[in-house]
Amino acid sequence: MKEPDVIVGIGGAAGDGVASAGNTLALSVARQGQAVYAYNSYQSVIRGGHSWLRMRISAKKPLNQGDQVDALIALNKDTLDRHLQELIVGGVALYNSAKLQPSYEPPQGVQLCPLPVPDLTPAYKELPVMQNTVAVGAVIFLMGLDFTGLESVLESTFAKKPGVVKVNMEAARAGYDYAAVHFKPLSRQLRQTSQHWAMVTGNELLAMGAAFAGCKFYCAYPMSPATHILEWFAAHGKELGVCVRQVEDEISVINMTIGANHMGARGMCATSGGGLALMTEAIGLSGMLETPVVVVNVQRAGPSTGVPTKTEQGDLNQAFGASQGDFPRIIIAPLSIPDCFTTPALAFNVADRYQCPVIILSDLLMSEGNETVDPALLDVEFQIDRGELITAAPGGADGREAAGEPYLRYKDTESGISPRAVPGLPGHVYVAASDEHDEDGVLISDVFTDTVRRKKMADKRSRKMATVLEHLPAPKLEGPVDAEVTLVGWGSTWGVLTEAVERLNREGISASHLQVKFLVPFHATEVSAVLGKSRRVIVVENNQSGQFARHLRAETGIVAHGHIRKYDGEPLEPKHIVAGVKEVLKKGTEVVEVLSTEAGWRTEHPTGTSGDWAGRLVAAASVSTHR
Amino acid sequence: MANATAVLEVKDFKAEVQPDWCPGCGDFGVLNGLFHACAELGRQPHEVLVVSGIGCSSNLPGFFRSYGVHSLHGRALPFATGAKLANHGLTVIVTGGDGDGYGIGLNHFIQAMRRNIDLTYIVMDNETYGLTTGQVSPTSETGMITKTTPHGNLEGMLNPLALALASGCGYVARGFSGQPKHLLKLYTDAIQHPGFALIDVFSPCVTFNKHNSYEWFRKRLYRLEDTHHDPNDFHAAMDAALEWGEKIPIGLFYRDRNPRPSLHTQDPGLQAGVLVYQPVRVSNEQRRKLVEEFM
Repeated sequence: MKEPDVIVGIGGAAGDGVASAGNTLALSVARQGQAVYAYNSYQSVIRGGHSWLRMRISAKKPLNQGDQVDALIALNKDTLDRHLQELIVGGVALYNSAKLQPSYEPPQGVQLCPLPVPDLTPAYKELPVMQNTVAVGAVIFLMGLDFTGLESVLESTFAKKPGVVKVNMEAARAGYDYAAVHFKPLSRQLRQTSQHWAMVTGNELLAMGAAFAGCKFYCAYPMSPATHILEWFAAHGKELGVCVRQVEDEISVINMTIGANHMGARGMCATSGGGLALMTEAIGLSGMLETPVVVVNVQRAGPSTGVPTKTEQGDLNQAFGASQGDFPRIIIAPLSIPDCFTTPALAFNVADRYQCPVIILSDLLMSEGNETVDPALLDVEFQIDRGELITAAPGGADGREAAGEPYLRYKDTESGISPRAVPGLPGHVYVAASDEHDEDGVLISDVFTDTVRRKKMADKRSRKMATVLEHLPAPKLEGPVDAEVTLVGWGSTWGVLTEAVERLNREGISASHLQVKFLVPFHATEVSAVLGKSRRVIVVENNQSGQFARHLRAETGIVAHGHIRKYDGEPLEPKHIVAGVKEVLKKGTEVVEVLSTEAGWRTEHPTGTSGDWAGRLVAAASVSTHR
Repeated sequence: MANATAVLEVKDFKAEVQPDWCPGCGDFGVLNGLFHACAELGRQPHEVLVVSGIGCSSNLPGFFRSYGVHSLHGRALPFATGAKLANHGLTVIVTGGDGDGYGIGLNHFIQAMRRNIDLTYIVMDNETYGLTTGQVSPTSETGMITKTTPHGNLEGMLNPLALALASGCGYVARGFSGQPKHLLKLYTDAIQHPGFALIDVFSPCVTFNKHNSYEWFRKRLYRLEDTHHDPNDFHAAMDAALEWGEKIPIGLFYRDRNPRPSLHTQDPGLQAGVLVYQPVRVSNEQRRKLVEEFM
């Protein structure tokens, strides 16, 4: 039997407490063994606007935020009007009836659940936010869970303020009991389990994963949606012995991080697309100095300032082309929130081994999305491979090179990897230069011309890339080779594609799935072998121009038969992909663009989009041509 | 960590590569002073890191025998800041020109002083862009004719010393590459100063700046040490920094009597000692505690 899931939507203006109500609910259900995947769609405002958090809850781990709403918690009237129509048959709408009433009739089969909050909690007069606690209590009853999870969360959240615990507990209990008497529970009731869960975001896991991998230096400039990585490090730098700095701009950020790496510390920095643009020149510096650096780019909708609080996979071209000239780089796109945890360790290891920049491409969906993860998967001691790093000096300590061969920082080796001495070691002094240089570090940029040595050093650097793929697992096809369609995605779309493929198969369209994590270098041989046998390749990505599809063609010569693209700021949902595949199959459309639609939602506040309730396809006729 | 067995000499810091600066370039004097300063202070070459940006003067690390980094244009200070935070056991000296530090890198210059990172910053100030063959610089005088200001520089001069004082720099000095002994004293004091130290050095460009020549400087320069200037007096330092024209002061303008603690002594992540020598492994106990924060 299919494990039941419930999708709760919590909406309100910024400042109404959407996020804290969501956290309380998520932690409560997690303590009752429920797995959660939550995505908050919000505006770039501090107060006002509209914030819409969708949380999918199930005993079986959900892989994405889903594409419907079972229970709506409306913290203001705008939310109630905006989202009431999205509720499915059997759905419930909870709201404080002392404050608001719906402007429209609910869809058929939807239960209105008005909560007389002032009657349920006397504390409401002083603390309007109590309406959130009442609603969370009520929805927990409606989903079929008992009160224990919420009770323990309220106790631990306000552990230092017994008075606050009491007030919240009473409000939550009143909401729970009121719902039990007055409302009909949801038809899909959750099954309580004993599984323990950790509630995490991708950003928190990128940070903690880096720290567990030995990151000792973290530096950033605040930029959404990457800022929480900096905040996690700032909160934990002291206890972990990590130097954490917020500095003047991303140029400074990356140069400092490379400086720290140059001395032998593992250093990471993170930003979003605009910050990566400023870091561009120094990414080439890392390539030329052969000093490793790990750069996280949490993509948001561009170009320019773009839509700062919305998600996109639009920075692939930027990552490919960041910095002038040719040099080895490695680009990795984690596939899920849990994958954000292990990716930094891998990135540091290959950065150290190949002495080059590594770019991790996350995105807002993954970095700010919340998910439950089995805590056992997080309590991991990573393998740390520093590569050919020289940290101890043989011979005399007088600073003179030891007798015999002088140390050559950029020795022309067979692998292209030159053993890297940590500055401060006796007997190894060298100058690392952004100018072209010879094996001993001496510049060859200022001579009349030195074609032989220039080519030798460029070849030495590029040779390093020959063995990188040996350390990176090739993507594997999920599903049958002869499926009617093979969906290809990269990075954060793994979860939504996995579910879409399941649904397509259930609906009688045989589908398989290939998800790519390593963008550069690319497993061209393996991917060609798989896709060469596919009947119909459809590339799914969260950008406008099909940046990955072009990369796939450049690396393998494979031209996809169809494309499903979304670049409206909201993430892909399973239904978008299912509908897109049908469109490709039925009409032979080459490029299907999907949208979290705004047509049809009802609101007096025509700002911002709602969540998607129609899954409508638009612009299906547009056909792109590749240049 | 100075080695007791060997007395260091100037030659210990001379790289095999000879400077390729124009004959007569002021930067020779700056480099030479640095050889003497490091020898005098007993620093071993491997205990010193010299970081530069890009420009004629930024080629200096290639001529100096120590660990060195020839980084990006304008970015020597952030690179050196990261390096110093990662290994504060090393003496980190940053060198570059006026275009590198006061033009493209100006923001980093102000921020480095504000955050008081323990670096010695030596700026070879020749009031022109030499490597690109003679364009206007932030320290070019108003009215100066260059290739890119054929009708005269319309912009005001940047005053690095006044800016340094205003930005909280605890050691502010100016030297002249034509007065090497005076310069040496400034260097040794600056390197020993705990915190950010600036030495702006007039370093004439004999090829592309015919205006600010050795002769031009010699006619105008006087030493603050020969006056009643009190380098602990911030306001007197600011007055001296603003002096420009027929008379131009060099010497120690300001030294904070109670210098602010330098950044590495304050950073909570560095309390266990030099970062690169700390264990990278996170203990089982710590890991569990961090994971539990999410439950």
